[in-house]
Amino acid sequence: MSEILEKLFEAVEFGKADKASPFPPQLKGQDGANELTKNALDADVDPKDILEQALIPAMERVGKKFSEQKIFVPQMLMSAKAMGASMVQLKPFFASGKIKEKGTFIIGTVKGDLHDIGKNLVSMIVEGGGWKIVDLGVDVSEDKFLEKIDEYPNAVIGLSALLTTTMVNMEDIVKAIRTKKPDARVLIGGAPINDDFCQKIGADYYAADPQKAVEYLNKIAS
Amino acid sequence: MKYKNLIISSPQELMFGKAPSPVKTRRGLIIGGGQVYSELNFTLPTMSINSNTVKRVNEHYREIAEGALERALHLNSKGVVLEFETLLEMTKTPQIGVDIVSIMNEVCEKYYQKHGLASEIRLTPNDLREFERPAKQRTSELIAPMMELFERGMEAGGDLVSIESTGGKEVSDDALMMCDIKAIMFALSVLGVRDMQFLWKKIVGLANKQGKIAAGDSACGFANTAMVLAEKKYIPKVFAALVRVISVVRSIVAMEEGAVGPDKDCGYEGPFLKAITGIPISMEGKTAACAHFSPIGNIASACTDLWSNESVQNIKLLSGMAPTAYMEQLEYDVRLMNVALKGGDQSCQLFQQLMVDSDVYTDPQALVLAPENVIRISKELLKGDSYVANAKNGALATLDIIEEAIASGQMELSEMETAYLPILREDLNSIPDSESEFIDMMLPLMDQSKFILEEYGL
Ligand code: B1M
Repeated sequence: MSEILEKLFEAVEFGKADKASPFPPQLKGQDGANELTKNALDADVDPKDILEQALIPAMERVGKKFSEQKIFVPQMLMSAKAMGASMVQLKPFFASGKIKEKGTFIIGTVKGDLHDIGKNLVSMIVEGGGWKIVDLGVDVSEDKFLEKIDEYPNAVIGLSALLTTTMVNMEDIVKAIRTKKPDARVLIGGAPINDDFCQKIGADYYAADPQKAVEYLNKIAS
Repeated sequence: MKYKNLIISSPQELMFGKAPSPVKTRRGLIIGGGQVYSELNFTLPTMSINSNTVKRVNEHYREIAEGALERALHLNSKGVVLEFETLLEMTKTPQIGVDIVSIMNEVCEKYYQKHGLASEIRLTPNDLREFERPAKQRTSELIAPMMELFERGMEAGGDLVSIESTGGKEVSDDALMMCDIKAIMFALSVLGVRDMQFLWKKIVGLANKQGKIAAGDSACGFANTAMVLAEKKYIPKVFAALVRVISVVRSIVAMEEGAVGPDKDCGYEGPFLKAITGIPISMEGKTAACAHFSPIGNIASACTDLWSNESVQNIKLLSGMAPTAYMEQLEYDVRLMNVALKGGDQSCQLFQQLMVDSDVYTDPQALVLAPENVIRISKELLKGDSYVANAKNGALATLDIIEEAIASGQMELSEMETAYLPILREDLNSIPDSESEFIDMMLPLMDQSKFILEEYGL
């Protein structure tokens, strides 16, 4: 890997978004992900290499450190921010189709339910894994999911629920999705959910945590 | 803040089962009057709530109440509180919630009349306002059904009323994930306090009109969310311990507005409220493992007056239905506490010491709940002239206590945890005492699309 990509990897791993950012203290005053990406592009580094050799592997390392409980969520969020700062520079290449995300992941907490901390973590980690995220927020009805499926017909759909009285709403949503798009992949998660429930409602996969969600998504993307 | 001095100023007097201002209920429970009672909390199994299922929903609650009270009777219980925490549909359509209260009240009355077993219902409507973002804390149309449920639910037999209100949560949700202590201070000691003043005036007014008991609020959405996240190792425990202490200045507003306790089970800020105001409290610990894990299983009961399980689904276990099983667990726990109380001061102190010692140095969140630390922190929570200053002083005292415990070798924390201590201290020290100066400092740093200042009277 070239020196500049190594530096970008480090900036994302340790959450340095741009030069002005005071975080992390050990990289104070140095270029962040934003400047490093610009420098790399100016030096004719292929945007695909930026994405695949620096950004995604850096976020994979962050995800691994998080799952091994070596860092807390704020550090992971800073890394996600740094990746976002780099993506700003890569935007034109996504627009032109020169580089692509692994796929689109539509995610939401189902209707009647406002618990979103788990869902937000899943979004962040999946995004770091190179997926485009369409986050519909909380209290999301089947109509809203269907609307977004129109917009992103190949997207994988993720449903989150934390209440025993809202997990049942997943069934309606899965049914509605199947009616509209029988081959759509639906991933579900949340504290009261398990494999049996997943099978019962006809969803494709139950992910107990964000890592399992990324593993599943990467498997179907490859 | 209205309170200037502690009602309980000695750790020895911060004791389970005894509160300076006990609360007497309709069927004769004297909460905090020398006895600890069980408070059972329960919820539905996997099912939706709609016009087709509402009959079954009602049956669930009847079954739960019958099963629990029958078991309590069998175990010679001296009294029980049943907490009915509503789910969305039950508050949105108050009639559903009211009917459930009536059903459970019927069961309570039957056991009282037939067997002399005293029980009461704590009605806890969920805060519907969080369904709107940015939240319209004062002007939302969703306030009306909540208030209707309070009012009609009390008429139907809900004697104690509580809520887990959510003022400031739109700021604290992100702040928790970022471990941003300044934003947490803003959420709790500015927005939270102001929303509590607005909401609890109304709740106390309704309760007083009917001669019912305005019990108290819980900073569940803030401090328990922090605790659950810390338990999953998502955020540092030292941060969660500070959030707990800061939440005191927000939850105490219910008492300033006239709430009398027992404060709500999932409000682990209860011990501080008890020390400062003298009200009885409810707590949950090891018995709440059915709902979430915690690092404070034993120490949580050190000065409680009701002992709860947070929430358990009405599902079948090998022994029987889960709420009935939890009733039994709670009853055995309170039996022990009550035997200690009967034995007098020495046996209470000994029993409390065991509960405290078994947890205290295992986690900073347990550390802050040790009676001597509750008293020490509570003193700091009253020193300043504003809620902001009080919260800051309490949090700084908490940091002192954590650092002392580490320095003495009694508590061990990983480097990942201790790295946060100086950052948190620096951030807290940067906060001015005056609310208006603090607001001026924070507004430019925050995403103002997330909250509406006018909805907090600002
Ligand atoms: C798509 O693919 C995927 C893949 C994986 C996915 C996924 C999607 N989604 C999640 N995952 C997975 O990955 C995540 C990371 O590991 C994990 O996500 P989790 O969400 O599980 O984990 C989070 C990182 C941390 N965990 C959490 O954030 C949830 C913790 C507990 C304590 C909890 C919290 C924090 C809250 N709550 Co709520 N709350 C509880 C929770 C107890 C519990 N056992 O879960 C529970 C779920 N709540 C409950 C209740 C009753 C309620 N809550 C309510 C409100 C709240 C707060 C606002 C206070 C707060 C939510 C803050 C927020 N912004 O989300 C109310 C309902 C609001 C609503 N309509 O949704 C209210 C009704 C309380 C009231 N009376 O007001 C109980 C449920 C009872 C039931 N019948 O099911 C409860 C078990 C606590 C209890 N009282 O016992 C995995 O599940």
